[in-house]
Amino acid sequence: MADYSTTQTPEAIEKKGFRRTLDDWYEKFNKFLIKIKFDKWKGWVYLAPCIILLLIFTGWPILNTLRMAFLEGYDTMLELGGEPFQFGIGNFTKVIQYRGFKDCLVNTMLLCVLTVPISTFLALLISVCLNAIGPLSRTLQTIYFLPYVTNSIAIGMVFAAMFNMVGTAFGGENELIVTAGIINNVIEFFGGTKINWINEGSSYWANIFVMVVYIVWNALPFKILILLGGLQSVNKQYYDAAKIDATPKWRVFTRITVPLLSPMIAYVVITGFIGGFKEYSSIVGIFGDDMGPTGDPRRLNTMVGFNYRFIAEEQGRASAAALILFAIIFVVTMINLYVSKKKTHF
Amino acid sequence: MKVVLQNLTKIFPSRSKKPGEEVVAVNDFTFEIPDGQLIGLLGPSGCGKSTTLYMISGLQEPTSGKIFFGDDDVTDLSPENRGVGLVFQNYALYPHMTVKQNILFPLQNLRGADRLTKEEMLERAYEAARLVQIDNLMDRKPSELSGGQQQRVAIARALVKMPRVLLLDEPLSNLDARLRLQTREEIRRIQKETKITTVFVTHDQEEAMSISDMIVVMKLGVVQQIGVPQNVYDDPSNLFVAKFLGTPPINVFEGHVKEGTLYLGGKMETEEVYEETKIPEVAEGEEAIPVTETKTRIVTTYEGGQPVLSVPGVADGPVTIGIRPEGFVVDPEGPMVCNLQNVEVMGRDVSVVSTHEASLNPTIRSIVDADSAIQLGAEHIRYSLKRHKVHLFDAETEERIYFEV
Ligand SMILES: Nc1ncnc2c1ncn2[C@@H]1O[C@H](COP(=O)(O)OP(=O)(O)OP(=O)(O)O)[C@@H](O)[C@H]1O
Ligand SMILES: [Mg+2]
Repeated sequence: MADYSTTQTPEAIEKKGFRRTLDDWYEKFNKFLIKIKFDKWKGWVYLAPCIILLLIFTGWPILNTLRMAFLEGYDTMLELGGEPFQFGIGNFTKVIQYRGFKDCLVNTMLLCVLTVPISTFLALLISVCLNAIGPLSRTLQTIYFLPYVTNSIAIGMVFAAMFNMVGTAFGGENELIVTAGIINNVIEFFGGTKINWINEGSSYWANIFVMVVYIVWNALPFKILILLGGLQSVNKQYYDAAKIDATPKWRVFTRITVPLLSPMIAYVVITGFIGGFKEYSSIVGIFGDDMGPTGDPRRLNTMVGFNYRFIAEEQGRASAAALILFAIIFVVTMINLYVSKKKTHF
Repeated sequence: MKVVLQNLTKIFPSRSKKPGEEVVAVNDFTFEIPDGQLIGLLGPSGCGKSTTLYMISGLQEPTSGKIFFGDDDVTDLSPENRGVGLVFQNYALYPHMTVKQNILFPLQNLRGADRLTKEEMLERAYEAARLVQIDNLMDRKPSELSGGQQQRVAIARALVKMPRVLLLDEPLSNLDARLRLQTREEIRRIQKETKITTVFVTHDQEEAMSISDMIVVMKLGVVQQIGVPQNVYDDPSNLFVAKFLGTPPINVFEGHVKEGTLYLGGKMETEEVYEETKIPEVAEGEEAIPVTETKTRIVTTYEGGQPVLSVPGVADGPVTIGIRPEGFVVDPEGPMVCNLQNVEVMGRDVSVVSTHEASLNPTIRSIVDADSAIQLGAEHIRYSLKRHKVHLFDAETEERIYFEV
């Protein structure tokens, strides 16, 4: 800096003055920061924008849901009109007394219990196979990942096309079928009789079967992604050791691969259950807004679907239903965590 | 069970498919490991020790050559069917199983006639555990064990199925110095008790020398020398082996032999001016005019130096000289004069650090008798040499030049 004194052009002098004010400001600012102990707080300051947004868009709605659920017959419009509501658990009892409630609960549980184990097991097999093959594994990984980046309603429509029969008077005398759907074509090709999967007059279990296939297929990519990541981080030497120990393939899978992957498997199962309890759009994708085959609307209604029906009219009951769903998910997750803590190895 | 390696070669192909970039990890390894012996496979990092071991175990396939267990050709046998026990460099214990489950695991894999009952399995597992003295740790997980204990579990797991051959890949490299000493004794004891043919890989020459019946010294995939440790030490076949074995390491000098006398140093490099005539390339029909250039080159001649030993029968010429630290005898009249630097007393022995202009190492370290009359603080120290501790090597090929001891 000694050079300044010898070569002082007018600009330099001006710059120096400018610099000095800047430096002064900077120093003052620093002193201020020290005074308010900024170091201690700066983490919070940096987080503030995010936290504020979270509070507005997540925190407040949650609190409000709690509030609405415990106010008898709550309605925003009436509240704005100044009407008071009484505290009580009436919303909950009403929700449970709904005719559809039990069915929704059963449907949701059934789909969860069927799809989570199946999809987890399949994902495990597929990721082990993907991990084992050298060439093509990149391409196949991409293919398996496709459902993940595809809109679930769109997939639902494709599935509907696979299972849908187009025509009239199924099973009747003047049956007229334009197409029985791809799946039925395949079944008939192999000499089976076609099944009414999702159309009018289809059976409940046929519907459930379609939903299970669809949900499992839809759930695979995420699970494969997680499990494959887990597999790729498993030390290859365990497999060498297993080879030296003359371990049969199946035993390698059950005694080495699965235990070493158990944290990932637990994660995939828990998130699978949480997602399963929120099943909704997949059913809309195949059965449409009615959530059931023609002639039997809401047959496949789920907890979330049940909730959506209330939101417009009965905010108090919808809130109560949401809390019930939350409680169920919470309990199931706790059970999952408890079991996985006993079964996982790390 | 003797193990025979016949022209065993492993070539890892290059990634870019360019020839010449491939790695010859093991080159034409032929050796018959006698039944029940412990063989130390020794060499610097990357010389192909692990690759050799993996080929014996079957985890890697040889590019060419054959492997026999006894009289059976096992070259194409998968590792499952070879019945070897392998202790990995980092043990590879199954982290989710207890020690007991780890040791039981190979037994539970047995099928058919070899299948044991549950009680027999437990008995065998405990027997193996007792052998390596971990029978009190059976219910712990590997993460709850010290490195030495883990290593012993790995040995027990390898031993429990009574392997035909036991392979150990640098099993002691993760242990501290004391534990290493203790465990290598243990490995020796276990091997003696079980009499299983064992191959032990290490890059620590002291370790290999102390427990092996025979050692194999490798360098860049090529076997340099095979023999009983003491013989290899006393009689190295080339400079690499001589340098690799022994602590402190052998002292290396440059020198030459003239008329049956070994001289240290005496190497002279002179610049010589010479003329070179070249006929340039020209097009057809033209006349080529020779061009003469004046160039210089370095010429090495040997003249003088310090005569230290008579080596009758050795041809004149430059040699590299290796002298073991214990090959020096302090002798006021001795022919070898060194600049004394430092004297370290280590109880029974005295270690003398000195320098010599012909030395290829910065310092010379010699181990001499404590009673030797060393004049501390003197500028020079004089030595005479023990003939059988002095090895001569060809200065170019580094192969041993023998002379009469
Ligand atoms: N899978 C492989 N692909 C290509 N080259 C390999 C492979 N495995 C080993 N090599 C090369 O083969 C050579 C011998 O390797 P190896 O692992 O046998 O050495 P090592 O003697 O066991 O060394 P260290 O003491 O470091 O364990 C090395 O040059 C190594 O780079
Ligand atoms: Mg190695």
